[in-house]
Amino acid sequence: MDEEKTIANPVLEVSDLEVVYRTDEETVYAVNGLSLKVNAGETLGLVGETGAGKTTLALSIMKLLPERIGFIENGTIILDGINVTKASPEAMRDLRGEVVSMIFQDPMTSLNPVVTIGEQIAEILELHKTTLSKKEREERVDRMLEMIGISPERKGEYPHQFSGGMKQRIVIAMALACEPLLLLADEPTTALDVTIQAQVLNIMNSLKERFKTATIFITHDLGIVAQTCDKVAVMYSGEIVEYGDLRHIFSKDPFHHPYTVGLFNSIPNIKSDAPRLSPINGMMPDPTIRFKGCRFAERCAHCTERCENEKPPFVDRDGHQVRCFLFAEDGEASSKTEVQAQ
Amino acid sequence: MSTPLIETKHLKKYFDTPRGKLHAVDDISITIERGKTLGIVGESGCGKTTLGRVLLRLIPATSGQVFYDGEDILSYNRHQMNEMRKKMQIIFQDPFSSLNPRLSVTNLIAEPMKVCKTVRTRAELQERVKELMKTVGLAERLVNAYPHELDGGRRQRIGVARALAVNPEFIVCDEPVSALDVSIQAQILNLLMDLQEQMNLTYIFITHDLSVVKHISDNIMVMYLGQCVEYAETNELFKNPMHPYTKALLSAIPLPSIAPEDRMKDIIKGEITSPINPPAGCRFAARCPYASAKCTGQDIPLHGIADNHKVACVLYENE
Repeated sequence: MDEEKTIANPVLEVSDLEVVYRTDEETVYAVNGLSLKVNAGETLGLVGETGAGKTTLALSIMKLLPERIGFIENGTIILDGINVTKASPEAMRDLRGEVVSMIFQDPMTSLNPVVTIGEQIAEILELHKTTLSKKEREERVDRMLEMIGISPERKGEYPHQFSGGMKQRIVIAMALACEPLLLLADEPTTALDVTIQAQVLNIMNSLKERFKTATIFITHDLGIVAQTCDKVAVMYSGEIVEYGDLRHIFSKDPFHHPYTVGLFNSIPNIKSDAPRLSPINGMMPDPTIRFKGCRFAERCAHCTERCENEKPPFVDRDGHQVRCFLFAEDGEASSKTEVQAQ
Repeated sequence: MSTPLIETKHLKKYFDTPRGKLHAVDDISITIERGKTLGIVGESGCGKTTLGRVLLRLIPATSGQVFYDGEDILSYNRHQMNEMRKKMQIIFQDPFSSLNPRLSVTNLIAEPMKVCKTVRTRAELQERVKELMKTVGLAERLVNAYPHELDGGRRQRIGVARALAVNPEFIVCDEPVSALDVSIQAQILNLLMDLQEQMNLTYIFITHDLSVVKHISDNIMVMYLGQCVEYAETNELFKNPMHPYTKALLSAIPLPSIAPEDRMKDIIKGEITSPINPPAGCRFAARCPYASAKCTGQDIPLHGIADNHKVACVLYENE
């Protein structure tokens, strides 16, 4: 979906991805024809509410969708030149940790409680950096711990001896130990207090810069996006509805998807004095139903008949893309569309 | 001045642990006028939830007093307290675990009225449930739905309806929106504000999110390790935060703005210390960039800076 003029060399290229969850009772359409590109060293913020399909996208990239339930129905995921959708389980094992890593929301459940944190970080090196000697490995573990602000003397301790913020930092150290090309961070600070969140974000930012890791930062917090990301993709009901540089998304310009506008209006802002918030009315549509038109239509104030029956194309202005008919008719932009299978 | 609806004096709650006394709530004195909202802000472990529960006598206080409309409810007997419970209710944080999964929406909302025996006939009960569902914005077709069929926003609306069922005057809202998505969060906050206006409700709004509390509160208390470190009228607090902890909390919020002046800065170091047998002195001193010898050794009292602003910090002692 990105024009060629931007820096080539994408680490990740997702095209027309469709992911469904199939159970006995129903089929959930979690990701519906999504295309995305992440360049080396770039941080993409993936914003959206619960159920937008953010985590499903990340799990698809890792090929960790729940077995026998989650299926990639269509599309390709090219990660560092390798097509993940066709890769064998063995090939995926080599990729994970080495080329792509993921940080989960809850640090309490992502660490093994009966293994010391030093061993847990060393394990990844042992699996992927087989040429390292034991001594070199230990040195690397010490260095990682120093970088995240935990004294290497504590590497013999167990996860329960650390606080939530420290545990999340340890998880980050594990994820970055092999210096992967791409880091998937799925709401890494949601479970943390705000002062600790600020510390963790700070460490993530400095490590990313140091290792030049491309990152997909999944969050629902536009504040975090503003503070950490270069590019932003707004997701709604399994689709990207708006994509652009950070400055595009946060611009006061009226060229925005109505959902993005709603999202901005509904966040409580400590800088505003408005006594009331303006929520988006209604809820996200039922993901078991396939839509002909725009999925935001039923909650949108600008909805027309066309929105209900026809899929809006991406309208591109200077790399800032909005998927809405509001801007399609002014003739200014020729829309580069990838109309998806209905 | 009229009697405040809620008043606490030197309220304390200590928990016994194998390693000593855990000071969850330590000497909190607050007053809330009828129809107003007090926001209580602090990080996990600062005692804000415990304070809410002690106020409602859901857990017994260690010492201190709680006055409701001028009467000391901690001295009430069981029978008196049961009567009292109709006036004070609570909305819980997690709409996923606070509702019995085996009860339908009707039964969930009817339950408090059955327990408190506020309605006489079944027809009356049904009528009241319908009325409440309308008040909180739940569609009538959901009367027989079960919690698992509903999303977080709707479940939290049930939580609100349950709290309102017995016509309370005072509601403790314990992080009622932190488990919800932003767009839904705004719906519930607006609902709570509308209800307050219509029914002249008094709220305590407990949250870790300063930006949420700004919209709904008249006054705000900032807690750190069981103690109140700053108390101020809402606009005053945001305009003129004084305690270094309040400032740290404010500057740690990532702002949804890309203006250079809104970049995150001055990130506070360290983590919350143990609430078990804390030494005398300012509990924030270990993390405070302005800490000096004066901060340790003796407790720092709250003192008034202005009519509507109190702070517990040695930096402002001579003002």
